[in-house]
Formats: sequence, C-alpha cells, structure tokens
Amino acid sequence: MAETVAPLRKTALNAVHRAAKAKMVDFGGWDMPVEYSGLIAEHTAVRTAVGLFDVSHMGDIQLRGPGSLAAVNELCMNDASKLAIGQAHYSAMLYPNGTFVDDVIVHKLSDNDYLIVINAGTREKDIQWVRKTIGHMPSVHINDFSDHYTQLAIQGPRAMETLQKLTSTDLSTIKNYWFTWGKVCGLYNVMIARTGYTGEDGFEIYIPSDEPTSGRVWDEVLAAGAEFGIIPCGLGSRNTLRLESAMALYGHEISDTINVLEAGLGRYAKLDKPSFTGRDALLEVQNAGGPQRKLVGLEMIERGIGRDGYPVFTLEGEKIGEITSGSPAPFLKKNIAMAYVPVVCTALDTELAVEIRGQKVKAKVVALPFYKRPKKSASL
Amino acid sequence: MSYPTGYRYTKEHEWIDATGTTGSIGITDYAQSSLGDIVFVELPKVGDTLEAGEAFGSVESVKAVSELFSPVAGTVTEINEALNDAPETLNSDANTTWILKLTISDTTQLDSLLSAAEYETFISEETGH
Repeated sequence: MAETVAPLRKTALNAVHRAAKAKMVDFGGWDMPVEYSGLIAEHTAVRTAVGLFDVSHMGDIQLRGPGSLAAVNELCMNDASKLAIGQAHYSAMLYPNGTFVDDVIVHKLSDNDYLIVINAGTREKDIQWVRKTIGHMPSVHINDFSDHYTQLAIQGPRAMETLQKLTSTDLSTIKNYWFTWGKVCGLYNVMIARTGYTGEDGFEIYIPSDEPTSGRVWDEVLAAGAEFGIIPCGLGSRNTLRLESAMALYGHEISDTINVLEAGLGRYAKLDKPSFTGRDALLEVQNAGGPQRKLVGLEMIERGIGRDGYPVFTLEGEKIGEITSGSPAPFLKKNIAMAYVPVVCTALDTELAVEIRGQKVKAKVVALPFYKRPKKSASL
Repeated sequence: MSYPTGYRYTKEHEWIDATGTTGSIGITDYAQSSLGDIVFVELPKVGDTLEAGEAFGSVESVKAVSELFSPVAGTVTEINEALNDAPETLNSDANTTWILKLTISDTTQLDSLLSAAEYETFISEETGH
C-alpha cells in the first residue's frame, strides 16, 4: 500500500527562505529553515548582537467574550486574573492528570480578550483540546488565528536598536513579557511583544500573513539590523539557544507523560486558584511529598555529546533516566543536556554516566539554566 | 560542491583515496555541508581491523551525529589526531582532510564503490536537486 504523505505546510516566508538557500527541514509537518549561515554563527549572533527568526508556524488561539477570563483560568495553570492589559505570562494547558497538553504564552489583549500562543507541532491537538475543555462555557468565543499572522522574532542584545528603527513606538517602555500595538514598517496595529525563546532580550512581532507584506518586513528588519550584525536564523540555533537557557520544549522536557512538578515549572501552576484542569493531580503529587523524578541539567565531564534519548546511568551502572535534550552549547562551549532522574540523584555535582553509542561517558549535575544573560547596568 | 574524480565514494557519504593497498578515508563535501558545524570526531584506534561497511567512528555537528562506515575492509594504520583539536577542518576542507589511513585487505572491493560522477548522480536523486 502506498504511503500517503501530507504536503508540508509553508509559512508566508517560505519562498524567502528558499531564495536565500537556507537549509530546509520537515519540522512537525512544516517546511522550515534549520540553518542559514551556520548554527554556531547564528547562535553567536543572538547572544552577542541580534538574529531574526521566522516563527510563523506557531499557533494563535483567541478567547473572546465576557467568559474569556474564566475560560483561560480553567484551561491554563497560571492565574490570568493577575495579568494587566498588555501583559503576558508563561503558562500551560494540562490534562486532568497534571501532564502537559502544551506550554503556552497567554497575552491579555483586553478585559474580555486573551491571545494564547501555542506550539506548531501540537496546534491541531491543542485547538481540539481547547474546544473540548471550554467549548461548553458560556460567553466565550474560540477563534483560531494561527494562519492570520506572520510572527517574527528579533532576538539579542541589539534587538531593540534594530526594531526601534522601524517603529515610532518607544520600545524601551515595553517591559519584559509585556506587549503593545504600534506602527511597524508602515503597518498599523502591529502587536509588539517583548518575549522570545532564546534567553536574550528581544521582541516578537505579529504582522499580516500575506507573502508580499511578510517578505517586505523580513527584508526591512534585516536591513535595519545590518549595522548591528543581524543575521537570519533557523530552528537549529533556536534549539541550542533555548537549551542553554533551559527552556522546555514540547516532546522533550514536557509531554503528556511528564507533570508540571517534575518539569520544575511548579511556580507557574497557581494551585491556590479554585480550579483548573490538572490542579487536583498536581496537589496529589505535592501532598505525597513531591515528584519522584526531576529535570536536571547535565554537563559532560568526559569527551562526548549526550543527545536526545540517550540513557543516563548512575556510576554504579543502574539505568535511571534519559536525556530529553542534549547538544554542544555553542556559546558556553560545553556539552550540555537535560534529563529526568530520580530525586536522590539531583544534587548539584552528582556524577552520572551517559551512554553514548555503547560507551558510558561521565557527566555531572549542574544548575539550570546553563546560561543566564548578564543583567544590564543600572544606567541602561 | 566538488567531488575529486580519483576518489571512490559510498552511499553513506565517505570517500576513499586509494593507491595500491593504501587508502585514506574522509567524508564528502555533501556530508559536511549536511551536518553543519562539526564539533567532534570520534576516531578509531591504530591497528583496528575493519570490515567493509563497518562503523569505525562518528562525526558530530552541533545538531546531529553521523556514523562513519569503512568503504572497504582493512587495518587502520594512522588516524588524523589533528581532528581532536580542530574538527572544523572537515567543514572547511572535506576533500583533503582524511580521517584515517588503512591497509586495504581486498582491493577488488574498491570496484563496487561509486565513481565521482555516480556519487553526484546519487546525491541529486536523493536530495531532489
């Protein structure tokens, strides 16, 4: 029987990526650039200057109407009633057993209007979950706006200077995890959010998803950032940047078999909220003394690179877990990984072994995140 | 990308440059380009005996790991230890950066490998461009 392969989905910038000869890959059903000029160059540009990413494959769900706050609060573990208009926060949608449907960013657009940004690979599943979980709730409209926007991420210490050339909105007034609307590249009402997935300062902008507009803005951002050393970046460097910063990735650090407390994301789960899907299960874990295993950071001591899925052992040879994400860290110049291991093995400096193609290679537990961006001086 | 005409190639993207029973083995320009920034090369040991198609080491880039397979049977006589400190040489000069040298035990095995033209055709069929 012939296998039917669904055609890859394309963002509005697909032709731009291909014309620039970016290396393209199938990323969760999307034809996306993994690399432009080279993963290390791109990673370094974001840490030291500025990089531009096409993240239009991400999904956007709007919840609108008088019941929208109640709906967000049932659906997501963080407390959306604490958000001001123009503010966003990290949150997650959970299954009743406390594991992840997806991690999300919730934006409060107005008192009756929330935008939830979701992952690309889980888009359809997420939207079905939203409809199933809150579809029956009164006075809330669920709109899937995923295909309405081209989403660009401008990330790095020179991101603000780059984007400031293209907008009259004073970007320095937008605090981390806040957003506003402004005119960008001549387009009105562009959502400008001070968010990102790289561990650096940066912005994400949401522009209309037609190809000419998307291509023009892409080019204008690159031209504006040229003097600061901007380069276009792919998903490869996005992954190493987020790994150095120890940000979770669905299907790796978080999934439908891992709960919030294991993932070390308990601070975003507001257990004092009267109810949200997954709360009871998390309380149960907490009341039982906490999770049995936890996510740790590993740094390879001996030569070798621990990769996703490689097994982790104690030095005595007992298999205790596996790596969820592992890679060389281009900025730190170390080989790092994250892994789930029993709580008794999570103390800093605990030595463990990673099996790399049949060989046991020593690693040690280190603090997360591996990389934290330097704080700006008070004068900035 | 270029593929020297005197070399023989495998579908796993290694090349072998053979003179008599002596051969040098490296990875192709296509392989280094697909892998991206190479950060680590796992080398065999001098004296290791390899079968044709046997894995003898690996090349790791930031994002991926790729096993290396010996194009022919033989005994390792030399390894390129400079790659321990400068694995990125494989990115900048794949065609002349050998990974190991070996004594080929059966030179007729070379005949079953691809010529440069055949390898190039294979790549274009595999990648669709």
